[in-house]
Amino acid sequence: MFKDFEHLIRLAAVMVGALILFVAIRAAVVPRSFGQYGHYRGAAIGEIAARPIAFAGHDVCEVCHTDVVEQKKLGKHVVLSCEACHGAQAKHADDPASVKPPKLDTAVVCARCHEANSAKPKSFPQVVTAEHSGGIACDTCHQPHRPKIGSDAAAKETSTKPSTEAKK
Amino acid sequence: MDITRRRLLVLLPAATVAWKYVLAGTPEASPNYHLTEHWWGMLIDIPKCIGCGSCVRACSEENDVPEGYFRTWIERYHVADWKIERPEVESPNGGKQGFPPNQDASGKNFFVPKLCNHCTDSPCTQVCPVGATFVTPDGVVLVDKSYCLGCRYCVQACPYGCRFINPTTNTAEKCSLCYHRITKGLTTACCEVCPTGARQLADLKNPKDPIHEFLRTHTVQVLKPHMATGAKVFYNGMDGSVR
Repeated sequence: MFKDFEHLIRLAAVMVGALILFVAIRAAVVPRSFGQYGHYRGAAIGEIAARPIAFAGHDVCEVCHTDVVEQKKLGKHVVLSCEACHGAQAKHADDPASVKPPKLDTAVVCARCHEANSAKPKSFPQVVTAEHSGGIACDTCHQPHRPKIGSDAAAKETSTKPSTEAKK
Repeated sequence: MDITRRRLLVLLPAATVAWKYVLAGTPEASPNYHLTEHWWGMLIDIPKCIGCGSCVRACSEENDVPEGYFRTWIERYHVADWKIERPEVESPNGGKQGFPPNQDASGKNFFVPKLCNHCTDSPCTQVCPVGATFVTPDGVVLVDKSYCLGCRYCVQACPYGCRFINPTTNTAEKCSLCYHRITKGLTTACCEVCPTGARQLADLKNPKDPIHEFLRTHTVQVLKPHMATGAKVFYNGMDGSVR
């Protein structure tokens, strides 16, 4: 036993103390889920997944608006989802009574897709709206859910109300 | 117990740490969703894209993307005759309001929608110094907003230019492949509204997903394959001029 041995003991005690302090601080500041799946906070996945949705999805729309579904089936617009034109409607789907979707201006909405552009595929139906209609609303002649003129002569105007309500 | 100044000083930091956990709460889990059963990607059918901008508008609305920034955007390519290495590319406001008529309708013109490629070996997650961005076990590259320092390494690292710094939160932001939707069994907002089916969400681990048949029977590419990022956004009918 060499002299001043107790100095080493003290040094060791300080180091052990520092180590305990480090482990304690690390345990406090590193989130519990860090490293669950990899070098990131595992709980972040659940937090990101918990964000509310804005677009309800066409399956939800079709539960109530069955008359529109029938109309669409008869025309080329059957492939369109409702919210492609009508916009995000999750709030309307949650509370159909108080949140009403805005009325669409067909002169704007239809032109988004059907305005002629040389970069669009040739097979896609396109018009130069200024020449085709002179800026009047497309639904003056075309029924948006079933756009081909003449095909809907006998078909009744599509109601904007859910079929359940329209029947009353 | 008397609250002395000494006790208060000891208790305050402990209470702060405890309160942080209380505030964090338990995130709402999707009960029927299993991380290991999916491997997400997307299919983009260029010959079907009409450049209407529906996807860009839907993405902005679904994800509160700040004005002037884009998680997805559309580029219009103009390739004059043989100048395949020098395409003219434009994307006015990300294609959000569609595209004006072409200045030059000659040559080859087409639209290319772009978004995060959700790379398997993503360069952006590799450079993050704090573990704020990562590839989830189901193959989606996400950003942990509460952990991001806003150091911009990932913005520089992404070879596809898909990231930006949100000017209000000062954290990195990017396409999340609508993770809050796909984990609930919905498709992404952009795929939901695409009028021509030019964008389709794909689950590569689902053997019934039509993506497998499509990949088998079509000439499909990814962007910048020489970067070996393992990109999972597949482009059908993509011209060689696309960068």
